[in-house]
Amino acid sequence: MKNRRSIMRTAAVTLAAGTLALTGCAGGGGGGGGGEGGGDVTLTWWHNGTQGVLKEYWQSVADAFEEENPGVKVEIQVTQNEELQRTKIPNALRSNNPPDLFQQWGGGEMAAQVEAGRLLDISDDVEEELDSIGGKAAGWQFEGQTYGLPYSMGIEGFWYNKAMFEQAGITTPPATMDELNDAVSKLKAAGITPIAVGAADKWPAAHYWYNFALRSCSQETLEQASAEFDFSDPCFEEAGEHLQSFIETEPFQEGFLATSAQQGAGSSAGMLANGQAAMELMGHWNPGVMAGLTESGEGLGENLGWFNFPGVEGGEGDPKAALGGGDGFSCSWQAPPECVDLLKFVVNVENQRAFAETQTGLPVAEGSEDAVTDPTMQTLLEGRDSAPYVQLWLDTTFGPTVGGAMNDAIANMFAGQAQPGDIVKAMTDAAATL
Amino acid sequence: MSISDRSTTEVGRDRGSIPAGRADSARPAASQPGPMNETRRAHQRRNARRLNLFIALFAAPALIVYLTFVLLPVLLAAFYSFWKWNGLGPLTEFVGIENYARALSDPVFLGAVGHNLFFVIASLLVQGPIAIGAALLLNRPLRGRTVLRVAIFIPYVLSEVIAGVAWRLLLQPNGPFDSFLAAVGLGGLKQLWLADTNLVLWTVFAVVSWKYLGFAIILFLAGLQGVPEELSEAAQIDGASWWQTQRHITIPLLGPTIRIWAFLSIIGSLQLFDMVWIMTGGGPANATSTMATYMIQFGFQRSQFGFGSAVAVILFVVSFIFALIYQRFVLSRDIGGTMSRRVG
Repeated sequence: MKNRRSIMRTAAVTLAAGTLALTGCAGGGGGGGGGEGGGDVTLTWWHNGTQGVLKEYWQSVADAFEEENPGVKVEIQVTQNEELQRTKIPNALRSNNPPDLFQQWGGGEMAAQVEAGRLLDISDDVEEELDSIGGKAAGWQFEGQTYGLPYSMGIEGFWYNKAMFEQAGITTPPATMDELNDAVSKLKAAGITPIAVGAADKWPAAHYWYNFALRSCSQETLEQASAEFDFSDPCFEEAGEHLQSFIETEPFQEGFLATSAQQGAGSSAGMLANGQAAMELMGHWNPGVMAGLTESGEGLGENLGWFNFPGVEGGEGDPKAALGGGDGFSCSWQAPPECVDLLKFVVNVENQRAFAETQTGLPVAEGSEDAVTDPTMQTLLEGRDSAPYVQLWLDTTFGPTVGGAMNDAIANMFAGQAQPGDIVKAMTDAAATL
Repeated sequence: MSISDRSTTEVGRDRGSIPAGRADSARPAASQPGPMNETRRAHQRRNARRLNLFIALFAAPALIVYLTFVLLPVLLAAFYSFWKWNGLGPLTEFVGIENYARALSDPVFLGAVGHNLFFVIASLLVQGPIAIGAALLLNRPLRGRTVLRVAIFIPYVLSEVIAGVAWRLLLQPNGPFDSFLAAVGLGGLKQLWLADTNLVLWTVFAVVSWKYLGFAIILFLAGLQGVPEELSEAAQIDGASWWQTQRHITIPLLGPTIRIWAFLSIIGSLQLFDMVWIMTGGGPANATSTMATYMIQFGFQRSQFGFGSAVAVILFVVSFIFALIYQRFVLSRDIGGTMSRRVG
């Protein structure tokens, strides 16, 4: 191990680049800004739709918008999701030349951007859209103001192999923890690995704790926790206890600590897709991921089923509440008014129906639901729309600092090295460093 | 053109003292009537100035790159490390040495330092002897020697990311590596290579060794070319066996190469990042974290750039102090003077 470049050096270069951008190029202007009079405006738009269908779809939206608004030009730049979220957008927002419209995941990350004054407050311009989207827009709001809108919102639950359930003699999808534990025993007895989890990536493991917290804690407690980072309510420790006893039933595949979520056929999604495990707790994107990990390119097809995370006894959370997340867009602080027009255009019913037809997500605008045709996706949509509330992924809600500490601590519990109290302590300690 | 040519050759030849005669012949118009030694001194002054200008011109590009992309970032990181900063807004909250105190009192960071030390020591003790042995063998006339050399060097040429992903997939539970073991009758050795927190550090070390042994071997092979054959021949005539020749002649003469390799190996171990990050991400449960993965995980991924910078500075200082000590006490014989005094 020699001759390698210093990582620290690279990191420092990144920092320096950020500073140069901060100090060096003041007054760059945020992309056109042609003003009210309908002069020529160029909008820059960054999104994560690197895959064929979605990429084409966003381009068609941009083309249609240009046609309806003469003098406005839309320039799209596509970047892979994690790269966009963790590197490109933070760097661009640190500079004085950010994109106008860009991918927004909402929650604590967005709150940090708002507090740094980097987002456009669009509350007054999108009242109609907020009516249409409803509570699902909450993740894109901060202290009562709106800083972005979602175009897709999905929820999480167990994806399962119907044939394997049948083989093990499970007739109805589990609705309580007892039923889930029962299903796990039956699957084991039938020689089937009950659940695949990609614990090497940490977040897939952490999502178990999120779901237990959603069941144990009331909506008010979770809201208060995300606003004040107050995790003193005993329900958070309870969530850890539930998780710990669930892990003790050994429902997961062998060596799950080294399994990744989406990388190759040996990943948790690959195991479910290739019939090596019966269940996986995962978000709405899983069918697409699974399809890509099978030789046929179709995943489990007809055999794929979905059910929401079961309720726990005595929990204060609504058993029908769902954990989920979405994709949306925000306008940066210097963006011209046309940016908001484009955002409104993206989430109008017509475009939302067209988006649903791409099968890449679940639309949010009222009146677009019936454009979802895939039966599994329809189940998911029902689950989402019958949920009294959809809680945004907890790591997104709490932001990278507290969310990261939480995920690490939960992953440690999967490795048998953390107690329920350790997770709460890790979160409280991380919040203290903010 | 001719001026610059001449000056560089002179610099190369005798480090700055320029023969006056040649300068005279280059610029006859500049020679004024007068006492000989005064003219000469004026020429020398002018030549010295010109020489400085050339040095500045030639060094400038490298120097600018070095200052902008190495020194400035290091200084900036040191500056940021005293602030609480999420990377988005301006620097507003000065926290003094709090970030350093936090890192140095975090058991996860201390664990990471421990893992780095493990890599330092294990690399020296395991990789060194294996590489020296392999180099001695490959230095003998041997059928298929070139093929062997290439085979050993391939892992080093492979991109770290590709090698890391490949090993991660090979070593997954019940994965191809376990199947291989079973196929050759060693199924009993099957392990949770990357999932067992007690084993994973050794697994990573084995893969890292596989990756970098080739470099060590090539380095030692190059060093062996500089060992005069006459000495071994003389030893053989005196009746020394092959082993005795290696032990008493070759290895001592390989000393400078070994010392340089050890230096590179230790620095590499202290800054180890990519293979670990790709294979385990520092996990499970921080069992393989290093100072560099800790910095990325806790500083950058958690959006705490001030804290991350403090960790970066600690990593820099540790490596820097080590490098100075090593150069002063171990390498001083080999690179006499570059760090301690002017080359005369």
